[in-house]
Amino acid sequence: MRVEQLSVFVENQAGRLVAILEALKQKEISIRALSISETAEFGIVRMILSDPEAGHEALRKAGFTCRTDWIVSAEIPDVPGGLLDSVAKPLADAGVNLKYFYAYIEPKTDRAVAVLKTDDLERADEVLKRRAEG
Amino acid sequence: MIRDPEHEKMSREELEKLQLQRLQEKAAYVYERVPFYRQAFKEKGVAPGDIQSLSDLAKLPFTAKVDFRDNYPFGLMAVPQAEVVRIHSSSGTTGKPIIAPYTKGDIDTWAEIMARVLVTAGVTKEDVLQNAYGYGLFTGGLGFHYGAERVGCSVIPTGGGNTKRQILLLQDLGTTVITCTPSYALIVAEAALDVGVDLRETQLRLGVCGAEPWSEQMRKDIETRVGIKAINIYGLTEVIGPGVSTECPYECGMHIQEDHFLVEIIDPATGEQLPYGSEGELVITTLTKEAQPVIRFRTRDICSLNPEACECGRTFVRMSRITGRSDDMLIVRGVNVFPSQIESVLLEVEGVEPHYLIVVDRQHQFKSDELEVWVEVSEDVFSDELGKMEGLERKLRSEMDSVLGISAKIKLVEPRTIARTEGKAKRVVDRSEL
Repeated sequence: MRVEQLSVFVENQAGRLVAILEALKQKEISIRALSISETAEFGIVRMILSDPEAGHEALRKAGFTCRTDWIVSAEIPDVPGGLLDSVAKPLADAGVNLKYFYAYIEPKTDRAVAVLKTDDLERADEVLKRRAEG
Repeated sequence: MIRDPEHEKMSREELEKLQLQRLQEKAAYVYERVPFYRQAFKEKGVAPGDIQSLSDLAKLPFTAKVDFRDNYPFGLMAVPQAEVVRIHSSSGTTGKPIIAPYTKGDIDTWAEIMARVLVTAGVTKEDVLQNAYGYGLFTGGLGFHYGAERVGCSVIPTGGGNTKRQILLLQDLGTTVITCTPSYALIVAEAALDVGVDLRETQLRLGVCGAEPWSEQMRKDIETRVGIKAINIYGLTEVIGPGVSTECPYECGMHIQEDHFLVEIIDPATGEQLPYGSEGELVITTLTKEAQPVIRFRTRDICSLNPEACECGRTFVRMSRITGRSDDMLIVRGVNVFPSQIESVLLEVEGVEPHYLIVVDRQHQFKSDELEVWVEVSEDVFSDELGKMEGLERKLRSEMDSVLGISAKIKLVEPRTIARTEGKAKRVVDRSEL
């Protein structure tokens, strides 16, 4: 399945994350998942939001540089080997490479959901769809 | 010690007579040989024959850095290529460097001028002189080298960098004089301490420092930490390279080699000549250069002139330290850097808007001037992948290095960090202001 992800550029400085979260709270946008990739100087904050478009607009208005990308998501069963068998191995077998990854619990189904960026969105989506069906 | 008392102690009257004679000859020389000057003179309605007194200098047209760019590479040259034995260059405002050709006569004159200024600073043939100015296109390395050899010193041509080796040679070869930028003097002092060497306990007694502006405070720092007398020297590629002026041991202003360089101070806004003592832009006319003389070159350096007799006995007018620039050029580790160069690099990298800040560390103890460029991350270049952002940083850094000729740290920043000002953006900030 595909999901919209919002990424925001922030300097590695006190208060920047708070500023992002406050801007989203103000527009009553919920955050499903959040991950931060950082260097010594800056970070990329990636988020799955309840309303990605409103989130993008709110943060843009607050002066942040952001972008929206479609990435892939897949449910992971809560068993040993869940991630391996549902996501990692199928993608590896299909020659799709992983760029980054994080996960969250979907409140509606109480299931773990992986969100990931690969080097081939189409193929990843196809592989994971087939895996979920088959 | 005065190397050339005949000229260095010449009476003002005789000196001015000499200057006038040379000015008349040089004006005719460039008028005849360089179409650019002939055109410039005509546009101002002046002919070489109109120069009857030194005050007639004001009738001649100015030359500026932009004229070097517009006539790149050899449009200002007054001799055929075959007579040129050396070509130096330094940074220009845009991609084009300043080209400085020299005839055999020029090299000889320059070496003599450099010998003279080194002696003014206190160098003798007994000295072991380590030349840490960059050798190559930069005029510092070879300029000092030829001058020092002419004085008769034992010259160690280390050039810049390789600081550990410099410290080793300095100790083992008994270096007594170091010629380098003031910031490098502090780098060497710090690096020496790191390896347990106190430069104050070596034979080092004198530094001849220039190629970048430095303050009295920095001089005191250098003199204290390195245990040397630190003498100021001034010059610029468009005129000759180093050697235009130097301090004598009394450290009260830099004596300008006035038999070779005719100087004026002007109001940078109006071009009017200002009297001695006024602060303004230094303008230089070369009286003895053959390959590429320059008429009334606007240096953009701000200083004042002091004509009073000096205790050392020299009658050459003294210029104060350079107190500022009348343009936006920076000098970082001895290299000229223009914000416009940085802008051109940013524009080349696709999608990078030229919203940037140049952060300079001035007179930071023990460190050279660092150059940091803060670049705003716009939507066009922002990627969700960290690797791509790091790649952007690397690409900017390598492009910047290759265009500027020195390494600059690149810091990617948020839009809000770059202040938006009305009108001309403040592009350069000192770190202490942040």
